[in-house]
Amino acid sequence: MNYFLEIFLGGLTRGSIYALIALGYTMVYGIIELINFAHGEIYMIGAFTALIVASVLTLLGFNTLSVFILALVLAVIYSCCYAFTMEKIAYKPLRQAPRLSALISAIGMSLFLQNYVLLAQTSDFLPFPRLIPDFDFMEPYAHIITTQEAVILITTAIFMTILTIFIKFTRMGKAMRATSQDKVMAALTGIDVNRVISFTFIVGAAAAAVGGVLIASHIGMINFYIGFIAGIKAFVAAVLGGIGSIPGAVLGSFVLGWTESFCTGYVSSDYEDVFAFLFLVLILIFRPAGILGRSESNKV
Amino acid sequence: MIKGISKMRLITALIVSIIFFGSTGLGFAADTIKLGIAGAHSGDLASYGIPSIKAAELVVKEINEKGGILGKKVEILAEDDVCKPEVATNTATKLVSEGANVVLGHICSGATKAALGIYKDSKIIAMSPSATNPALTQSGEYPNFYRTIASDDAQARLEVDFATNVLKVKKIAVLHDKGDYGKGLAEFAKGFIENSGGKAKVVLFEGVTPGAVDYSAIVQKIKKSGADAVIFGGYHPEASKIVMQMRKKRMKTILISDDGVKDDTFIKVAGEYAEGVYATGPKDVSSNPLAIKATEDHKKAYGSDPGAFFLNAYAAAQALLNAIQKAGSTDYDAIAKALKTEYVDTPLGKIKFDDRGDAIGVGFAMYQVRKGAYAEVK
Repeated sequence: MNYFLEIFLGGLTRGSIYALIALGYTMVYGIIELINFAHGEIYMIGAFTALIVASVLTLLGFNTLSVFILALVLAVIYSCCYAFTMEKIAYKPLRQAPRLSALISAIGMSLFLQNYVLLAQTSDFLPFPRLIPDFDFMEPYAHIITTQEAVILITTAIFMTILTIFIKFTRMGKAMRATSQDKVMAALTGIDVNRVISFTFIVGAAAAAVGGVLIASHIGMINFYIGFIAGIKAFVAAVLGGIGSIPGAVLGSFVLGWTESFCTGYVSSDYEDVFAFLFLVLILIFRPAGILGRSESNKV
Repeated sequence: MIKGISKMRLITALIVSIIFFGSTGLGFAADTIKLGIAGAHSGDLASYGIPSIKAAELVVKEINEKGGILGKKVEILAEDDVCKPEVATNTATKLVSEGANVVLGHICSGATKAALGIYKDSKIIAMSPSATNPALTQSGEYPNFYRTIASDDAQARLEVDFATNVLKVKKIAVLHDKGDYGKGLAEFAKGFIENSGGKAKVVLFEGVTPGAVDYSAIVQKIKKSGADAVIFGGYHPEASKIVMQMRKKRMKTILISDDGVKDDTFIKVAGEYAEGVYATGPKDVSSNPLAIKATEDHKKAYGSDPGAFFLNAYAAAQALLNAIQKAGSTDYDAIAKALKTEYVDTPLGKIKFDDRGDAIGVGFAMYQVRKGAYAEVK
């Protein structure tokens, strides 16, 4: 039973990691029907920014808590700037072009950012400082769930709640929902569609950057390539849950995390990816739009 | 009468000359020790074979200057096999018919395997500086084969020997990264543990996905398996993730890994969690005075830096000739006994050979992370 719980929590943590990244995919798709392949790179840039900020601040003698908060905030801001600029340069000029053009542009952006970080930083793995210290009261449970894992779970939960409330109850949220249903009609009713799209990119980037910082701190290492693998998995999770749907992305991420975790725990980690993708195919055969992909009202 | 005498003389001269030439022929054979050198001396892979000729020339020159072995000079017979098995059989036959006493070679594993049967039938010992195929020594088919290079599975053997004999662990989890290098190594390690005569058993054998977001599930599985040690075949990014996650889950499981982990990046990334991790790595011979001397001699004689497997070939030539010296003859059994019992000082260190023909003390050593650096475990 204990083992089951450990595997369950492991899957939950992994699922939360995917969820923070999957949010960006699903929101952008919901609004402009673009699969933003460069999203994983935003996550990676967030982690790199936090690493640089944390190294500098630690040298200057800041305490752990302020290093963590400042690194997180700056990583979020920096990643948001990247996402904003990326949208303006790579996607906005292509908005009237065929959807394939925007997709190619996204893939190009992804490769560009990866190689940019590779050249500007290094191809080696870099150690990432532990920004979240181990709390003493967590010590008896450390063999089941570490402080970092708990923080990831809680942060994901808080982020989801805030996002859901935001989309349901604010003016901007309403504008986002309207834009996702019909861009032209939304513009006619006086919604600044460009602003809504930019905002969506920024929110997605913020989630990815938070994810990047927390996960890098949990894993303890980063390199320029982490965004690619995490991004692909998160994309799969978003499709699994029903791309375009926010609760779907979260659910899809947990389902993917658990599938991988339980497969490793009870079958064999050799077949981890095989089972994960087999599961994806099965779900898509029976529910082609993903688990929660049917209902239009769930679209952002 | 005059005619008769001249006839007699002619016959005598003929007889004398036959005896004379015949005896010089025999005398010649008995007066030198013939060291056959087989390998790729031309073609694509010549760069692997030529250094062994040069190494042998240097060793032989030095020995001959000191008066040779058993009062005889050493002579080199070099034959080309182009690293092709079908050519190697001819090469071997030729060396046998020329009367080689011992053979240094061949270079490539495939060619070596093809040639070994011929040497075996003729009771000739062959020693390769570069053939790493594990089966050459382990199959037991070629008792006449020796080598001065570690076989492909040497790291796995060292890891398992260390775990079972030095650390004395009973339960071992074997993990790999599903790659050629890591999985191959892990499979060797698994085989060695299973054949260790019950000293230890494999409680888990699995591959992890390189680059996965985290390894918490597999780490929990290691914990559940009750393994005392993990043998990991693969590279440092996965190893550091695994060891960090184990330590964060408060597990004290020992991690033993390979050359792919014996890298400073591993220590840099895993930081404090890297402490105590074991990894095998190539033995450092750069500070060995004999290695420095051999390299210097090569530069003096040929005006360039030595090529691939030069030191291994140098050591092999020394080991072979030393064994003949110690054996006191070129008899097959006597040389074999000397190779297995007499240590010889070579650029690779002090070596002798085990029962299977692998050089002991060549190739890999065990290292441990101590205070942020890899230190050799003596």
